[in-house]
Amino acid sequence: MSQGTPLLSVSNLTKVFGSGSHANRAVDDVTFSARQGEIIAIVGESGSGKSTLARMLLRLSQPTSGSIQLGELDALKLKGAAQKQYWRDVQGIFQNPVASFNQFYSVGRVLQKTMRLVENPGSRAEQRARMDDVLNAVDLNPREVFQKAPHELSGGQLQRAMIARALLVDPKVLVADESTSALDASLRVTVLNKLVDLREQRNMTILFITHDIGQAYYISDRIFVMYKGQMVEQGITADILQNPQHEYTQRLLADVPRLGDWGTKISAD
Amino acid sequence: MLEIRNVNAQYESRYGAPNWTVRNVSFDLGPGEVLGIAGESGCGKSTLAAVLSSNAAPSLNIKSGTLQMEDKPLVDLSVHRGVPPDWRGTVVSLLPQRALNALNPTARISNFVTDVVMEHTSGITKSQALELAAKRLVELGLPADVLRSYPHQLSGGMRQRVVTVISTLLNPDLLIADEPTSALDVSSQKALILLLKQMMAENLITRTIFISHDLALLSNIATHLAIMYKGEIIEQGTAQSVIENPQQEYTQRLLNSLLEPTTEARDRVLHTHRAMTTEAAP
Repeated sequence: MSQGTPLLSVSNLTKVFGSGSHANRAVDDVTFSARQGEIIAIVGESGSGKSTLARMLLRLSQPTSGSIQLGELDALKLKGAAQKQYWRDVQGIFQNPVASFNQFYSVGRVLQKTMRLVENPGSRAEQRARMDDVLNAVDLNPREVFQKAPHELSGGQLQRAMIARALLVDPKVLVADESTSALDASLRVTVLNKLVDLREQRNMTILFITHDIGQAYYISDRIFVMYKGQMVEQGITADILQNPQHEYTQRLLADVPRLGDWGTKISAD
Repeated sequence: MLEIRNVNAQYESRYGAPNWTVRNVSFDLGPGEVLGIAGESGCGKSTLAAVLSSNAAPSLNIKSGTLQMEDKPLVDLSVHRGVPPDWRGTVVSLLPQRALNALNPTARISNFVTDVVMEHTSGITKSQALELAAKRLVELGLPADVLRSYPHQLSGGMRQRVVTVISTLLNPDLLIADEPTSALDVSSQKALILLLKQMMAENLITRTIFISHDLALLSNIATHLAIMYKGEIIEQGTAQSVIENPQQEYTQRLLNSLLEPTTEARDRVLHTHRAMTTEAAP
């Protein structure tokens, strides 16, 4: 992991939905930073605010207060071309790959439309080479999948096509919001391994958002735990697992179903 | 003993050959036993649950299959499209994946109780039904005042527990739980498993078929395991034997993909997966 100055810094980020007595602090005063090439897992149960945080980082949702800093840039003040550059630099992949694709567009067409966001895309042949390149990077055969519509691919293939689309614009930060939750267990491992490989090849920063502490442990360098909108714990993955400080993290770890307990740990009485 | 024999079902398709969704499924389930059915999406486990609980979609063609529940008459599943209607709730009960979908959002939980109990029991009054439900909830350590709540006022975990209690008020011989925990956080999952275990121990439910994609979770409730793959049960046995000594490569692969938060699990997955990566690419 490269040390030094953080690539992404978030300070006191807050998102409030509603107002007055109905105000709901979905993300409450969250501060963290991520270095280049780091995989950070953001763990929390449903309603903990992790997806709202992701949407703010992707600039799909405006924070109520706080700041997001990418390198030297203040992400919340960007306009026009600079804003577009931010959207290139910070890419997202989501939980439901089927919903992320237009069902009438082939995978190739999705990639071609994404190419329009790329600066200096080059000749047609160069563009095609670049698209093949990202599909190969996620273990998809370009000749096979390029013409295919989303319904002709499996969930795991679609999820990887979505990662390929994100890679096309060469992002610095990848925000993966529950992006492996809908996949079967063995495919999930394939996609997780792919993300780890990508970090190694491209030195990307990955924010891996999940409710599953098992997946978080498998993939991450550091784990951040969110609970009721607040980031209650941050630390090196192994430390969090061995020595969880916050009560919620402790409960999360204690209640994960483990193989072969034979009902001894979970008993009826 | 519950004996299921030779269940075959397929979805009719207007194009091409119909695809088998459930093929030659047979198993036995004794009193006090919990059969965990595991498999990945599309393996037919939910279709099997739909057949056994008479919830099959119209497009599902149940070709064959019989169900013998102890000394009750033999049921031909292809005739009734499941079990006889008057068995629902009393002999066979279904616990669905999302309790919210089972509840009327504009009615209090108590309406659901009276609907279920009065539909399936003759000569019971509304207040008797509610009394029964309240007593059962308290016995199981849940607050009885949830009966006055609307579904949205309860948390997801509480809703799922309440639906579990209500759907088993008539002490069914068989509870079919289809992915009841997959929308819950880990603590609510554990609470539901504990509740089901308690109800099994107190004989409120005679036997359970518990369907889940999560083998680790199943290992904490199932006495027996069946692994489904492409519509067939490819391996079954006691939970311990299937987990400790899997006979099929597919079962081994499922076990190798479990991501528990431990160093050993992580190393095991990494190790076994390195060998798989070349073969995995479609």
